[in-house]
Amino acid sequence: MNSNKYDKILLAHGGGGQLSDWLIRKIILPKISDSQTELADSASLELDSNDICFTTDSYVVKPLFFNGGDIGKLAVCGTINDLAVSGAIPVALSLSFIIETGLELATFERILESIGKTARQCNVRIVTGDTKTVEQGSADGIFINTAGIGCKIPGINLGTGNIRPGDKIIINGTIGDHGMTIMSQRQEMKFQSQLSSDCAGLSDLTVELLKNVPSIRFMRDPTRGGLAATLNEVAMQTRLSITINEDAVPVAPKVRAAAEMLGFDVLTIANEGKVVIVVAPENAQRCLEICRKNSLGKEAAIIGQIEQAADIAVVEMNTKIGGRRIVSMPYGRELPRIC
Amino acid sequence: MLDKVIENQKIIKEACEKLGRQIKVMEVCGTHTVAIFRHGIRAILPQSFKMLTGPGCPVCVTDQGYIDTVLQLAENKDVLIATYGDMIRVPGKGGALETKTTNKNVRIVLSAQGALELAKENPQKQVVFIAVGFETTTPATAVVVKEAAEQNIRNFTIFSNHKLVVPAMRALLAGKNDKIDAFLCPGHVSAITGYGIFEQIVAGFNRPCVVAGFEPMQILEGLTIIAQQLAEGKPELKSVYKAVVTQQGNAIAQNLVKEYFQPADGYWRGLGSIPQSTLRLKDKYSKFDTMARFGIKQIPAEESNGCRCGEVLCGLIDPPVCQFFGKQCSPQRPIGPCMVSNEGACSAWYKYGDDRGGN
Repeated sequence: MNSNKYDKILLAHGGGGQLSDWLIRKIILPKISDSQTELADSASLELDSNDICFTTDSYVVKPLFFNGGDIGKLAVCGTINDLAVSGAIPVALSLSFIIETGLELATFERILESIGKTARQCNVRIVTGDTKTVEQGSADGIFINTAGIGCKIPGINLGTGNIRPGDKIIINGTIGDHGMTIMSQRQEMKFQSQLSSDCAGLSDLTVELLKNVPSIRFMRDPTRGGLAATLNEVAMQTRLSITINEDAVPVAPKVRAAAEMLGFDVLTIANEGKVVIVVAPENAQRCLEICRKNSLGKEAAIIGQIEQAADIAVVEMNTKIGGRRIVSMPYGRELPRIC
Repeated sequence: MLDKVIENQKIIKEACEKLGRQIKVMEVCGTHTVAIFRHGIRAILPQSFKMLTGPGCPVCVTDQGYIDTVLQLAENKDVLIATYGDMIRVPGKGGALETKTTNKNVRIVLSAQGALELAKENPQKQVVFIAVGFETTTPATAVVVKEAAEQNIRNFTIFSNHKLVVPAMRALLAGKNDKIDAFLCPGHVSAITGYGIFEQIVAGFNRPCVVAGFEPMQILEGLTIIAQQLAEGKPELKSVYKAVVTQQGNAIAQNLVKEYFQPADGYWRGLGSIPQSTLRLKDKYSKFDTMARFGIKQIPAEESNGCRCGEVLCGLIDPPVCQFFGKQCSPQRPIGPCMVSNEGACSAWYKYGDDRGGN
């Protein structure tokens, strides 16, 4: 069967028969796997350690392609990042598609190419997967689920329980790029924009940091809900307060302008290539220097610190104008489907 | 910047001391409300300089009768409601529009244009645009009515509840709250209308009116001028938003609005009926008027559930005074519109806190 015969995904491509087999062997595997993986019901892995992290996430972003990335890149990076901030070296991913009948095969191939490229860049293998197709109207183009396994870096034990008053908070670059890019590219918002998502796999940076900076207490990727949600989670779990300085939080001018135009607080906008790092004060400078030397952290900054809570734990921000305000947990009524 | 902040703070403090009483300054623009809270401006003002959040958020000032009427329209299977996002969460009789989105006949649009597009895409439905907003958004609604007329689109109407800011300011000073000392006037509205429209507040009520943009420094500068004017007893009309706002405003936009709309008496939450405060489509465009198309008469409805949004909107109470604030009523589960809208006083107070222990 030759690929020219199909220019769209059909229901039968997920049916388990000949068309499924063709799709997997001829279209999917060549793009995501360097070798012709033996197709088995599950992958068998030999790991360096038996201390593993395991995570899963689903990706439903709309539009499928956006400046700086696409649903495939996001599906690989997102799961890698969940492992990376847990202190693990990502090893292998599973990859499952739910495809709406009628998706252009060329679109699917573009997504596959992006998945393959991103996985190779991040040094993870895709070892198992699944493809299902649904009738038109039952999905929106394509949905992707990835699960990932990583080996924990020996001696590293990250968690909010390690956090102490005085610890510094570092972020590896500008915030809000992903969320504002998606919003600006959604059909309904046709304003001109040259924004670009920060979508990136972070394990190269996190592994380097964890191997070279002692006393990193905790890391988290501030995705949905943005920096505001991550900091509030930390405050809630530690019962410690947090102060950040507006001056210090990196925001690209175009992102700031777009957020202001649409009335969004940039602290609540999603990121897909950012990590919040809580580190002991004596090692904050070293952590910052390593970040800035890495391509994933050129604009890294120390944005605030952990403090003893006076009454209840709150996140507050010293504003540029010398005022102070609460940074609250976003309600979560975001624009639909940004990741 | 901090040097300038300190300089302005000093002027404000001295002005307050000279007056020897609390100054109450009201902002009447939702964008100002959010900017003031988000930039922490309240925290740098002296205790005796009190900011009040007035009727400047379109969702908040929309009266309950209008909301209930929209909810009723949403029951009609042939109708597709096109609305700005915040409106779908305002509670009314039997729920909010949000709960009706499962019927797939409520759609969020980001512009009036989006509503018209929806009508073109759904010729078998009657698309009703929930047209709320102040002078800033009205021209965009006028543009789509013009387009609908030119293209002879028969399944599109607007349910106009567009508001005029000056009649509300007059109504406040003339009755609901004459303790307001001055107004920080909205930059966006003034860009359309020209800042000249506030002259009648200065002349008629002897209150300083200063137009400002939305940068924190500009807001502070506006407040400083207000403090100075009050201390000197010389109320004036000033604009510090010179890059955008002129005395006359945008004539093209004004003419568009004049062509399609006429002022009529209208209901406001908290303020009741205000003469000549709400824009209705002119009779010659009645085929695009939802009320005419569906034979609707808007009935005022009292807010009787104990919600105190009305008093908040008049600057009579701070949000935490309401017994529901932060308890039964939060952005997650709003009871009143001031907690629903991002630009509402209650929502801003809840999210960003008040520096003086209010949160």
